[in-house]
Amino acid sequence: MSEQTISVLMCGVGGQGILLASEITARAALLSGYDVKTNEVHGMAQRGGSVVACIRFGGKVYSPVIEPGGADALLGLEPVEAIRCHHYLKPTGVAAVSTQRILPVTVSSGNATYPEPEPILQELFPHLSYLDALGIAQGLGNPRTANLVLLGALAGMGGHISRKTWEAAIRQCVPEKHLEVNQAAFRKGMAACSRT
Amino acid sequence: MLLLSGNEAIARGAWEGDVRAAFGYPGTPSTEILENLVKYTDPRVYCEWSPNEKVALEAAAGACLEGVRTLVTMKCVGLNVAADPLMTLAYIGVEGGMVIVVADDPGMHSSQTEQDTRQYARLAHVPLLEPSDSQEAKDFVQYGLELSERFRLPVILKSTTRLSHSRSKVEEGAHVASSFPKEFVRDPSRHCPLPLWGRPMRQKLQEKLQILSSVSTASPVNRMEMGDPDLGILCSGVCYQYVKEVFPEASVLKLGFPYPFPDDLIRSFAGKVKRLLVVEEQEDFLEEHVKSLGISCVGRPLVPPVGELSTEALRRVREQLDGTPAEIPQPRHPLEQLPARPPVFCAGCPHRGLFYALTKFDVLVTGDIGCYSLAVFPPLSRTDVILCMGGGISMAHGLEKAGEPRKVVGVVGDSTFFHSGITGLLDMVYNKGNSLVVVVDNRTTAMTGHQDHPGTGRTLMGEETREASIAEFGKACGVRRIRVVNPYHIQETVKVLREELEAPEPSLVISQAPCPLRSRKPLAPPFSVDSRKCKRCQSCLKLGCPALEKSGEAIRINPLLCLGCASCQEVCAFGAIVPGEPKNGEAPQ
Repeated sequence: MSEQTISVLMCGVGGQGILLASEITARAALLSGYDVKTNEVHGMAQRGGSVVACIRFGGKVYSPVIEPGGADALLGLEPVEAIRCHHYLKPTGVAAVSTQRILPVTVSSGNATYPEPEPILQELFPHLSYLDALGIAQGLGNPRTANLVLLGALAGMGGHISRKTWEAAIRQCVPEKHLEVNQAAFRKGMAACSRT
Repeated sequence: MLLLSGNEAIARGAWEGDVRAAFGYPGTPSTEILENLVKYTDPRVYCEWSPNEKVALEAAAGACLEGVRTLVTMKCVGLNVAADPLMTLAYIGVEGGMVIVVADDPGMHSSQTEQDTRQYARLAHVPLLEPSDSQEAKDFVQYGLELSERFRLPVILKSTTRLSHSRSKVEEGAHVASSFPKEFVRDPSRHCPLPLWGRPMRQKLQEKLQILSSVSTASPVNRMEMGDPDLGILCSGVCYQYVKEVFPEASVLKLGFPYPFPDDLIRSFAGKVKRLLVVEEQEDFLEEHVKSLGISCVGRPLVPPVGELSTEALRRVREQLDGTPAEIPQPRHPLEQLPARPPVFCAGCPHRGLFYALTKFDVLVTGDIGCYSLAVFPPLSRTDVILCMGGGISMAHGLEKAGEPRKVVGVVGDSTFFHSGITGLLDMVYNKGNSLVVVVDNRTTAMTGHQDHPGTGRTLMGEETREASIAEFGKACGVRRIRVVNPYHIQETVKVLREELEAPEPSLVISQAPCPLRSRKPLAPPFSVDSRKCKRCQSCLKLGCPALEKSGEAIRINPLLCLGCASCQEVCAFGAIVPGEPKNGEAPQ
């Protein structure tokens, strides 16, 4: 068990399910016996804007917010949002990023261009898992579980929380009627990215 | 052990501390407090969304005179609205304990100002508590209730965005019933601040402040954590967490009860350390006072006076202080090259049609506070000025009276209309104004997460109630021209706006359609673009709908985002936008 504080940064677009992914991670850290703090931005930013959540756990955690260069892991539900937050990740940090592009209105209205994200991501994140979380979630019949696919991928890349604890946390955070599909999504993501 | 947000912890503290009546108006970052408190049972707490913060505080003042413990919640700017009852309540005092939670927003994540509620505590002469994590948020509510009853003063508990919306561990306790006698005691000399009785009240208040300074000095929530005596740091609220991370070895005086200032404690701490640094967000509230005690300290401008503090901001402070390199990594990819992602009207939002319709006229638009503030952004760009809750109506009237040659349109939301729009409308009619008022009525307080209000027919406790009618209010104010439009019917909306803009008297247009995010149901199956009919004119893109995507010259509709509101179909002159699956030419996703 780590005494050092582990920081996980999650980013994406309002409505992608960052809050649930953050809640599950915090719960899993709590069940593992860590001190835990999280921070999320609400309000104006949720109307299709960029959204960031921070989860920090360890022996004793002070600040609930992650500073640039402070994250051990990054979960990017949208490629451009992952690039936007890249400097928060430590050089040794791991990143799980979804290939699902959500065009900002600046792009869909033709006033800005959406970059080809993959080469940029490959360059910025040495330990990257870039996966089609939405495709996997759609394959399970529920595109809204892409967040859990990606969380599974991140869990597979990191080693601070056991698989059993992750699953217990999901059971505590997801309503009964959506539990099975979310568990399946998490397992698929984990299988796609296990370090073993 | 629970993992609670600051707001959830405040609700828990209120319930454990036997608050029996709670009042508030939604406002980020304070909204979830009452939403959580209303869920508690055994005992159930009476909770309400009041029409505005002033009413909330006045209602709470009434409730506390009955001897019950009360909680009032609002965001920072809400206290401006509630400032009037606050000032006098400090004079007449409370009976049952009252904690007023005010959530500040340093960094302006979702507020129009960065005002510091600590200044209000001093202005009103009431005690101030500042928790730094969720455990303290819960504990300080209970502490505040006791303090409030002991000194018969309302107590302000200041939260911030980072406290309210951060989660941390909380040790829960049981509900403990208050023993305060529950009955209204008739005593006008204590409850009516007419000058005869008000002057002694003022004197009494001053005496309380004297005593409270020694109470805060001895308070368990103000504590010294002695470390290296070379540097002592004075801090409060969430800044304490940043200090502990960036200056782990320093001595710290953490003030959970910073006002009335614990002068003796500050003097004692300053005497134990070589150099004193004051770390505080927003105003230099503590620093100014420390200096007034004749104690030298470091603070502004080394600690930035504007915006939110953070560990990286404090690393820069430390670099200046002792030369420790801040080492803050810079982006390795130019972030300015990434497409911006400003918040926008959601796909299916009914406000879009109304503001699109307004783009057809050469008018000035005075906007207001709510989701519809987003109309300032391109491509709609159809709001010219925003001031405060309710200001959309009154400013329109003032512009018109000052001789603005164009017609002025004041736009407010439904919840905002009930909050403080009615008096503006009354002013406009009474003083013979001639502007157009549009209430964008989406049947909820949408921006803060869909709270009920007097027009929705439902209370915070989940009960059915009478619906207040915006049109009837308009009529009662003396408006003769009142129209209701469906903003999804854009052409009809343009027609109605034209008629009302030409009218030689004030008129009220109610643009009415429920927020589809609240029902979480699409209005219809997703629409699509028939590429055989599409002339690539891009008129539809002027709606700024996130579901409409331009790829090359072609336009497509993202079926994952489209809610079937048909606004784009209304503006397409070529009939190229059709319900259902894509027709020939557009490859399905």
